[in-house]
Amino acid sequence: MARMKFLCDAERCIECNGCVTACKNEHEVPWGVNRRRVVTLNDGLPGEKSISVACMHCSDAPCMAVCPVDCFYKTSEGVVLHDKDLCIGCGYCFYACPFGAPQFPQDGAFGLRGKMDKCTFCAGGPEQDHSDAEFKKYGRNRLAEGKLPACAEMCSTKALLGGDSDVIADIYRNRVLKRGKGSEVWGWGTAYGKPEKGGTPPAGAKS
Amino acid sequence: MRRALIAGLAGCFAVLAAGCGEQSQVTVYKQGQYQGKPDKQPWDNAMFKGDRAGWEKTIKARNNGQNEYSRTVSN
Repeated sequence: MARMKFLCDAERCIECNGCVTACKNEHEVPWGVNRRRVVTLNDGLPGEKSISVACMHCSDAPCMAVCPVDCFYKTSEGVVLHDKDLCIGCGYCFYACPFGAPQFPQDGAFGLRGKMDKCTFCAGGPEQDHSDAEFKKYGRNRLAEGKLPACAEMCSTKALLGGDSDVIADIYRNRVLKRGKGSEVWGWGTAYGKPEKGGTPPAGAKS
Repeated sequence: MRRALIAGLAGCFAVLAAGCGEQSQVTVYKQGQYQGKPDKQPWDNAMFKGDRAGWEKTIKARNNGQNEYSRTVSN
């Protein structure tokens, strides 16, 4: 099994926030915590671009590196998860994360910072699968039900893809080649230009 | 009277000595290793009953379901 990843196609994202709503609904995420959000560049201007951002489940995750209590672990599918019983809510992971994925619920009248909450790739956490404790702490475990993250599966334009990185990279590559736009950007060939048999790059691939 | 005094002193000594038996309440963290509870594989549950191949097949079908080019008739 390859690594699980998210991929957001900025050409397709229409900023509907369906992914955000799906995530909130699926995991009953409390008010003030957004495991996923849509970021728009040049909002309101012609040619604006939107992208859906959550935990990217980094291969070499900086949150794991800086956690003083080592509450992070990576599953065999490459999903970065953490143990909320161990988390002390220090916020180091928030400063280390380049995507702003770690979220901290504000508990109580004095704004106490609770334990960190983040996207789990709908893979639950270190509790009994489908138990109340798992749902309460980490949300629903769709991966253990043989399903992919709700945000990706709910995306109406299929801008947000989630799953096995090899498969979603193939889907994206095929999509870009079909629409004939996108493969001219610098680095596309390195990221998505899978060499054909015989070593020649696919049509349209550059760099 | 003397017995009561000795018993009282022994009681006080026992109370004072109990403070010496305090256990450390600080968690000891091992650097660079996950310290939390172990997690099970997604196929180790009542639904898949440890069938990893079955789980991977299901996930792959879901993965490919995201490709609308394969779901529509090609022209």
